Amino acid sequence: MLSHPVYIERATASFQSAENGFVFAEPDYKVWIKNANMRRRMSRMVRMGVATGMECLDGITEPIDAILTATGYGCLTDTEIFMNSFLDTDEQQPSPSSFIQSTFNTIGAQLAILTDNHQYNNTYVHRGFSFESALADAISLLAEGDARKVLAGATDEMTPTLNTLLGRMGNWKHYAPGEGAAFFLLSSTPPEQTPAIIIQDIEMITGDYTKEELQHLADNFIAKHGIQTAKFISPDSYKCFCGEYPTSTSFALWMACKAPELFKTGLPIVICNSFLKNHSFILLRSTL
Amino acid sequence: MTALKQELKEALIDTLHLEDITPEEIEDAAPLFGDEGLGLDSIDALEIILILERNYGIRIEKPSEGKEIFYSIQTLADYISEHRKK
Amino acid sequence: MNVCITGIGCISGIGNDVEAHLQAFRQGKSGLGKVTLFPTNHHVPVSEVKLSNEGLKERLGLPSSKVYSRTSLLGLSAAHEALKDSGVTINSGLRIGLISSTSTGGMDVSENHYPTFRENPTKGHLRYFATHDAGDSTEKIADHLGITGMRTTISTACSSAANSLLLAARLIRQGILDVAIAGGTDALCKFTLNGFASLMILDNEPCRPFDNTRAGLNLGEGAGYVVLQSEATIKRKPYATLSGYANANDAYHQTASSAEGTGAFLAMKAALCRAGVSPSQVDYINGHGTGTPNNDASESTAINRLFEGNIPPFSSTKAFTGHTLGAAGGIEAVFSVLSIEYGILYPNLNFSTPMEENGMIPVLTYKEGEQIENVLSNSFGFGGNNTSLLFQRYKSTLC
Repeated sequence: MLSHPVYIERATASFQSAENGFVFAEPDYKVWIKNANMRRRMSRMVRMGVATGMECLDGITEPIDAILTATGYGCLTDTEIFMNSFLDTDEQQPSPSSFIQSTFNTIGAQLAILTDNHQYNNTYVHRGFSFESALADAISLLAEGDARKVLAGATDEMTPTLNTLLGRMGNWKHYAPGEGAAFFLLSSTPPEQTPAIIIQDIEMITGDYTKEELQHLADNFIAKHGIQTAKFISPDSYKCFCGEYPTSTSFALWMACKAPELFKTGLPIVICNSFLKNHSFILLRSTL
Repeated sequence: MTALKQELKEALIDTLHLEDITPEEIEDAAPLFGDEGLGLDSIDALEIILILERNYGIRIEKPSEGKEIFYSIQTLADYISEHRKK
Repeated sequence: MNVCITGIGCISGIGNDVEAHLQAFRQGKSGLGKVTLFPTNHHVPVSEVKLSNEGLKERLGLPSSKVYSRTSLLGLSAAHEALKDSGVTINSGLRIGLISSTSTGGMDVSENHYPTFRENPTKGHLRYFATHDAGDSTEKIADHLGITGMRTTISTACSSAANSLLLAARLIRQGILDVAIAGGTDALCKFTLNGFASLMILDNEPCRPFDNTRAGLNLGEGAGYVVLQSEATIKRKPYATLSGYANANDAYHQTASSAEGTGAFLAMKAALCRAGVSPSQVDYINGHGTGTPNNDASESTAINRLFEGNIPPFSSTKAFTGHTLGAAGGIEAVFSVLSIEYGILYPNLNFSTPMEENGMIPVLTYKEGEQIENVLSNSFGFGGNNTSLLFQRYKSTLC
């Protein structure tokens, strides 16, 4: 159990509000990644993550003490381009740029270079726990007092190959294929603007559970915080906007930040997710 | 030679994804690497080695050998015309 | 509070368990040889684990019909050894987590089946793609060991496993976990072999870390895990403590390290600072020392800067194991712990000529029985991701 509350100071995402909710919106890459020489080598996924992260840091003058990124699948486009480059040339001319950019920590690394940040930089790649792990790391850093401000975010891309393979595996029965980036500036102290949203705790559970069992686990989770009732945000209520991808809870968290009416009842909020055997709960409350 | 230089500029723009740059904007004598020139780096040098191998049959074994050859479009074109195998 | 290391496990080209590694070091036996795991046009030395996937499965008692990536099998071997060594039982009521790392994930399986899929996207067995993601090996290890608590995967290229140990230590110190199995695993595959070939940093000869004539790295494969425990929960005398840890970013270039070794310097300095150890108290440095001109120049500059000329014995063990990428930090954590346990200084194989710019000479012969209190282990990855860990002889803080 994580005991230290963490304030969300800012939230950015590759999505925007629309008439009936939220829609995917590609960031303006030239605005957020001004250095053309760094931008040109980035795949769409890297651009999406880096631009969303840069937007989250826009105008922030205080030092950022850590950069944490998450992805469930990593940079698949570059992975495939590189694989094709050595298959097509019988290993004679594999392409270095795509190999480098296929590395999981590319987004975190590019953010460090663009902001000249020499601090702690880590990347989580674990299915339905990728973003949750980055958040848990952020909370631990802030609790330790080693960090006062942390940038944490997640990015996943949909590619034709992934779409086909997961489609064949039956993954699109409940939700449409999704992708996106969302970044958060987290702080150990309350931000100036109110109401602020606090991440109270995160739970990650693995196993085969029925819906009822999961609800029971969620109830136990909030009970640990002395909470009897909460508003549960089910996967259905956010995946209808962002689609299905391993780090979709990053969208759900962004959505919670953009829809303060969710907190109107005064009840804490729990973002629920299930991805394969990974189940997670993120407990939020508002300072309202 | 002019045709070769034009060809090289187009290959660089295409392979290195140089955005918003036309072949005309790349000067023959301007440095390709570093901040004064096009701002290419060590990874671009590896891509240029592949262009040389693929398009002109020239093999460069170590990136360090390419340092002077890759200085500018002019030096690159000079080297290619002397050593090309295709 | 001490974070104690109570279990160790590793597998690499020089041995299938910790004991075999000790034997290989004593005999000065390198794991480098030809690529035999798959056909390739790259004729470079690599350090392969000397067991087939079937052999690994048999050793672990796994069904031969089920698909396991080689990355998973290597990880299972080492993590299993570490947990057994620690004497920790899973159902002991302790909060036990698995923090694993990998850079290739199940690539060794998917790269073999991708060509079929590429020909015809309706073909290719799906089970061969279900192990592709980096989380798969961690899930397999956690399930096999029966770990029901926290599980996660870190992937920061060649510093991955060191970052797993770092997170584990912090979570134990904060009382979030009682026990953590932390480390990394990576199988040799065509993808990484071609990747490093494309960067032109593979040496055609056995690698020569920190040598003036060094011309690149040799790839390896393997896994290394340690069991970390809060001091309050230990049942056996720990091997050592993980007293210092730090990650810093070079923020210079996606692959190249800065000439000044900024990230490396900051990571080493902060790790020592957290442990409360001064540079003069470090008895051995297990360097990242890949053998590439860039890494070794940058790392030795950073070492020189931090130790101001009083450089302790240092070496790279990569000429033994090859560069095992996301597993390196885990395997070398095991070596660091063994260094304290047996007083070992590891030789830096294939060294003959000191680097022109600094004249630094690494440990050249195997030594055992030295007095080793503090060992610094470096793991540096792409994206300027630099991590240093400080292992220390165990001194009880319990009364």
